Amino acid sequence: MHADPKGVLTGLHFMDGDHAACEGAIAAGCRFAAGYPITPSTEVVERFAARIPLVGGVFIQMEDEIASSIAILGAAWAGQKVMTVTSGPGLSLMMEHIGLAAMTETPCVFVDVQRAGPSTGLPTLPAQGDMMQVRWGSHGDYGIIALSPNSPQECFDLAVKAFNLAELYRTPVFLMMDEVVGHMTERVAIPKAEEIEVVPRRWTARKPGEYKAYEPGEDLVPEMVKAGDGYRIHVTGLTHDERGYPAMNPQAQDRLVRRLVEKIRRNAHKLVDVRGDHLEDAEVVVVSYGITSRIAAAAVEEARQAGRKVGHLRLVIVWPFPEKVVAELAARVKAFVVPELNLGQMVYEVQRVVAGKAPVVSVPHAGGTVHQVDDILQKILEVAP
Amino acid sequence: MSSAAINLELPPLQNPVMKYLRQDRIPHIWCPGCGIGTALNAFIRALDEMQFDLDRMAVVSGIGCSGRVAGYLNVDSFHTTHGRAIPFATGLKLGNPELKVVVFSGDGDLFAIGGNHFIHAARRNMDLFVVCVNNFTYGMTGGQVAPTTPLGAIQTTMPYGNFEPAFNLPYLADSCGAVYVARWTVYHIKQLTRAFKEGLSKKGFAFLEVLSPCPTLYSRRNRLGDGVDQLKYYKEKSVVKNGADTREVELSFQGEIVVGKFVDRERPTWLEAMNEHLSQRLGLRYQPYGVRHED
Repeated sequence: MHADPKGVLTGLHFMDGDHAACEGAIAAGCRFAAGYPITPSTEVVERFAARIPLVGGVFIQMEDEIASSIAILGAAWAGQKVMTVTSGPGLSLMMEHIGLAAMTETPCVFVDVQRAGPSTGLPTLPAQGDMMQVRWGSHGDYGIIALSPNSPQECFDLAVKAFNLAELYRTPVFLMMDEVVGHMTERVAIPKAEEIEVVPRRWTARKPGEYKAYEPGEDLVPEMVKAGDGYRIHVTGLTHDERGYPAMNPQAQDRLVRRLVEKIRRNAHKLVDVRGDHLEDAEVVVVSYGITSRIAAAAVEEARQAGRKVGHLRLVIVWPFPEKVVAELAARVKAFVVPELNLGQMVYEVQRVVAGKAPVVSVPHAGGTVHQVDDILQKILEVAP
Repeated sequence: MSSAAINLELPPLQNPVMKYLRQDRIPHIWCPGCGIGTALNAFIRALDEMQFDLDRMAVVSGIGCSGRVAGYLNVDSFHTTHGRAIPFATGLKLGNPELKVVVFSGDGDLFAIGGNHFIHAARRNMDLFVVCVNNFTYGMTGGQVAPTTPLGAIQTTMPYGNFEPAFNLPYLADSCGAVYVARWTVYHIKQLTRAFKEGLSKKGFAFLEVLSPCPTLYSRRNRLGDGVDQLKYYKEKSVVKNGADTREVELSFQGEIVVGKFVDRERPTWLEAMNEHLSQRLGLRYQPYGVRHED
C-alpha cells in the first residue's frame, strides 16, 4: 500500500529533524497525535498541529505526558495511526502506558528526542541516555522496537518505517532521536506518495463470533479490529486469554507474556537494519548509533588514513539488538569500540553478544554535547594493532 | 365440556439485562451488598429503554472495583490503567467521533490519581459521559482513605479517622464546566435510570455521581452495618433538590445527601469548537473533522 498523497510534501526541503519526523509520521498515515510540550521535542507536535487540520486529522495537547501516552492508545483502538512525542522526563511519565500498549498490542509510535538527564538535566542539550529505558522501562516482560536516525532525512525515513513496524508487530515503536538530530537542519528529500510504502493495519477478515481478539497468527501477531465494528471486544491491561478476557493464573501469564517477547525475538532476523563501512578487512569495529555515528564515521576515516584496519557498524534499528551481525563480527575481529552519549548502555549489549571473544571498549560521554572525533580516535588507536 | 382458558403469565425466560452482559464472565467479583451491580443494572435498563445501538458505543474503565464494569458489559470495552480512563476515552472519542463513549469508574480512580484528567476533560467539554460510583473508599485495595471519604470516617490509612476534607464532586464538575451534573444513590433506581438516559443523550461532558455502599470495607470498618443499612441511610437522609447550587451539596459522615439533577446546560464540545474555529480560520482548506459527509 502507498502513502495517501494528501499527507505527503513531495520535494526537496531544508528542514530540521523534528519537522522531518513529523512529516514522516503524516506520510505514514498518522492522523492522531497527542502531546505535551517538552524541549527539545516540541517542534514535532507544533508542526503536526499546524499541518494536520489541512490533511484531515486531530492533534490535542493533553494535560500531561501520562494523558498523551494513553490518549493515543484510545485513538488507535478507534482505528487511527497514532503517535506521541516527548523527551526524557516525559518519557519517564509514559512508562506505564508503554506497558499497556505492549500488553494490549496496540500499534503506536513514541518519538523520543533525547536530552541529557537524569531528571531535568540539560533540557536543551543532547544525550543518548534513554536507550535502556525504552527497552526495559515499563515493569514486566515485553518486546519493543527502537530506531535511531542520524540525520533529518533519516528522521523522515525512519518515522515512516516506525509506523510500518508498529502495524506489522502491534507493539510500541520508538523513534530515538536526540537534541542535535532534532534541531539540525539539512536537506530532506520527500519522495512521491506512490514511492512511500505504507503498511495498513492488520484488520481481521473474520466475522464477529468467529474472531478472537488475541488469537495469534503464524508470526505470533493477532489480527485487529476497532471499536464500533460490532465485534464487542474487551481490551484489558490484565493478563488475558485469547478472547481478551482477564485470566488470573500462571498458565495464562506464561502463554501471553512469552508471546509478547517472542513475537519480536522470533522475528528479529527481519528486523535487522545496520549500515557497515570497511567491515571486510576490519580488525577493530566501532559500533555506534544516532548522532554519535556521524562522529564515529569521521574517527574511523582518520584511523584508516593512519593505516589502521578499522570498520564501522551503525545500528539503525537498535532494538531488537542485531545479535547475529555482532556475533559474526566477534568471531573474526580483535576489538570493539562503542561510543555513545551516555556512560555505558548499548555497550553492555555488545559485550553480552561478543561474550568474551574480543575486548569491548566503551567511549562514554555524559551528554550535553557530542563526542570529539579525537575521543573516539584515541580509543581506536589504543586497541587497533 | 368446556375448558377454562388458563391465562398463565410466564415470567421471561431470561432476565432482560442478561443480553447486555458478557455472560461467560459471570459471576462477577463484587461483594454481597455492594452497589456497583445496582448502578450497572440501572445503566443497562437505560440502554434497554432507549434501545441504544450497542455497536455505536464503548465503555472505558480505570482500575478498581468499579473499574470492572467495562469487562462485564457486552459492548466494546476497555479496562485501562489506574486513573487514566478519561484520557483513553478522549483518544477513543476523537479517533472515532461517531462513538458514544462512556467512562465508568470509581471515586479513587477518577478523582485522586485521575483528578487532573477529569478537570481538563470537563474544561474542554470533551463529549464523554463520565459515571463515578462513589463508595467513599478504595475497595479493591482494602479500604484506604479516598478523596471522597467523609471527615471522621475510619479507613486503613486513616486509622484514627479521616481528617482530610473531601471533594464535593458535583461542585468540582460544575466549576470545571461539565454540561450535565447529577447525583443519585443506588437506592434511587428510577431516578438513577433516568439520569443514565439523560447522560447518554447529552452531548458534551456529562457527569453522574452514584453513591454506593461498600459494606465490606467502608461500612464494616465504620460500624455502619451491611449494604441494606446503607440503603436505609440513603432513603432516610436523601433530599431531592433539582437545580441545587452545587456549592451546597457537600456530603458529610452519615449526614444529609442532596440528590438530583444540578446542572443541564449547553456549550460547544471540544470537537465542535475545533471545527468551527478552524473553519473560520482556514476557510475551504479545512474539512470539518468527524462530521459524516453524505455522498
